[in-house]
Amino acid sequence: MSDHDHDHDHDHAPLTVDEKPGYFDVMETAVRELLIERKLFGADEIRRQIEVLDSRTPALGAKVVARAWTDPDFKSRLLENGRTGCEELGITFYDDTQLIVLENTPDVHNLIVCTLCSCYPRPVLGLPPDWYKLKPYRARAVYEPRAVLEEFGTSIPHEVEIRVSDSTAIIRYLVLPMRPEGTEHLNEAQLADLVTRDAMIGVIQVEYKKEAA
Amino acid sequence: MEGSLLAKIEKISGVVPAEGEVPLFNEGEAVAIAMRSPIGHYRMPTYLRGKRGKVEAIIPGMAVDNEEEGYGRNAGSKGHYYRVAIPMTEVWPDYIGSANDGLRIEVFENWLEKPSDV
Repeated sequence: MSDHDHDHDHDHAPLTVDEKPGYFDVMETAVRELLIERKLFGADEIRRQIEVLDSRTPALGAKVVARAWTDPDFKSRLLENGRTGCEELGITFYDDTQLIVLENTPDVHNLIVCTLCSCYPRPVLGLPPDWYKLKPYRARAVYEPRAVLEEFGTSIPHEVEIRVSDSTAIIRYLVLPMRPEGTEHLNEAQLADLVTRDAMIGVIQVEYKKEAA
Repeated sequence: MEGSLLAKIEKISGVVPAEGEVPLFNEGEAVAIAMRSPIGHYRMPTYLRGKRGKVEAIIPGMAVDNEEEGYGRNAGSKGHYYRVAIPMTEVWPDYIGSANDGLRIEVFENWLEKPSDV
């Protein structure tokens, strides 16, 4: 710990990478260095793209949801075309993907998954959580969605249709959760605070507890 | 969702569309997903091959075939994607849940067929 000489009041192990890079880490580094060496793109472009990705978080999706809850015209445009709806709020799409916004209703509960890999509405939600990319979720979301939802603490009545959208190619999905009851007095920003990443994936519903407010 | 304009507008006679420009399938039409096993990059999950469903929507606009794109072959490979609805009970005979539960997936046109008995 001798090289860890700054002062703060908690203990932690030195922040170092001791593990040897894995096969894919080495391959990524090799390909990246080759592409830069051949001037197919530059290090600054990679850095810029990381900056783009880092700027995307679920807070953007939450803003979209809150706007849809409070502005019926916006909501209908958003459901018509998810991408241009988000672009209205200044959320740019830096790739060729389209976005379909799936509205949860008392009759339909939507859930999104990518069984092949990790397609995810990154422009509006940022990077997906690890569990979204792992095989258990990817396989089970399409095979036993109700059991998966129960594990997230979400119980959907039998008469409500579960609609699982498997994202595989050019389309990304964003779930528009139902606005919880008792939130009539909240403004758009307060509503956005209630909307979480998992609700926009569809594994949970948005809840509002008055006593917690 | 807005469907493909080409599928909806009244056709003016004499206009010849390019090959693949007019969607082969209409909204609401019964379709089957092809049963084939190409080697290499594919975007049609195995668990849905051979399953039947119906076209819920034609994705507006045309887009590249992602499978061809995987090999850098983009030119001229634009076509229609469809949002296809498949009942969970069609996918999984032992499905536990409601008979109303369903799956949605976007499928490139070359994976869709007319069901054999329709």
